[in-house]
Amino acid sequence: MKILIVDDFSTMRRIIKNLLRDLGFNNTSEADDGNTALPMLQAGDFDFLVTDWNMPGMEGIDLLKAVRADEKLANLPVLLVTAEAKKEQIVEAAQAGVNGYVVKPFNAATLKEKIEKIFERIEASQ
Amino acid sequence: MAFSESILSEQCLEQARGLVSSIENRDEDAAFAHLREISRINETKMFQEIGRLTRELHDTLVGFGIETEISDLAAHDIPDARERLTHVINVTDQAAHKTLTAVEEAIPVCRELEESASKIESQWKRFISRDLSADEFRELSREIGGHLEVSAEHYTKIKAYLNDILMAQDFQDITGQIIRRVIGLVQDVEDKLVGLIKISGSLDDEGNKLERKPAEKVLEGPQVPGKETATALKSQDEVDDLLSSLGF
Repeated sequence: MKILIVDDFSTMRRIIKNLLRDLGFNNTSEADDGNTALPMLQAGDFDFLVTDWNMPGMEGIDLLKAVRADEKLANLPVLLVTAEAKKEQIVEAAQAGVNGYVVKPFNAATLKEKIEKIFERIEASQ
Repeated sequence: MAFSESILSEQCLEQARGLVSSIENRDEDAAFAHLREISRINETKMFQEIGRLTRELHDTLVGFGIETEISDLAAHDIPDARERLTHVINVTDQAAHKTLTAVEEAIPVCRELEESASKIESQWKRFISRDLSADEFRELSREIGGHLEVSAEHYTKIKAYLNDILMAQDFQDITGQIIRRVIGLVQDVEDKLVGLIKISGSLDDEGNKLERKPAEKVLEGPQVPGKETATALKSQDEVDDLLSSLGF
């Protein structure tokens, strides 16, 4: 499974990358905001997107909306990992079609649980 | 100018004539009295002028909306930045301690493995050069067995410590976002100070409108303890509950 990790902080990208590796996902790529992520998603055969919300350039929520609006990417599972904890924002993300929402700071168990849940759902719906 | 008007006033001229005649009459007291009166006329005018300038400055500040912005900065933004920076100190402090604890606990585990391995290695060398008695070999086998058993356990421990160290690095993202906000505030203060200087320097002429600050960003960034937004959720559990209420 090929996963794209999008966060403007390289330390956070490394943390997520390591946690994913621990969960058995070795094929990851990184991008530092929506503007660099979108062309990568369009060009590559990614199976999963993990993105931050607050980034300079294109924010995670706009990346999510762009993914849902793109015919080829519309069904890509998206997990938001963000420090934004306001109710309005979580609702906005849900309405935009996010598959999971993890609030920073988070721990390995939470990330694992959310990812597993996302894939269980996808399998169940297939 | 108001100042020269005062010195050229009829009242002032009268005092000056009085001063000249007092000097001619060698009347020191009267001469000083006239001098004091001239100074008083001047000072009154000068205070009136300072008062007028102060009012003008105040009116201009209010006109530009700068006065309220500055009091907002002083009353809200600066203490807010102080609390945010204090939170940064706390978060980095916790991360440093978490890392140090993991390292301190991992080191003895590594040392134990190292000692046991080097003990086995020296016996192993003797075994290779056929230097070991049968009893010693049995002892060595036991040690190897014990070492393997302990290593599996110890490597799991070390991996957990390394994972703690990895997770402790998330402070950089959290504090980075908070510090960026404070940098934004410092920029704001700088802009407003520059605006103030521009205004006080150009009271009478140009009435150039100052740049207004851009609309507030909607994103809040990390919640700071004690400064949480009313609608911010406090934990991942609350986020999960909200999402499940939305059908997730």
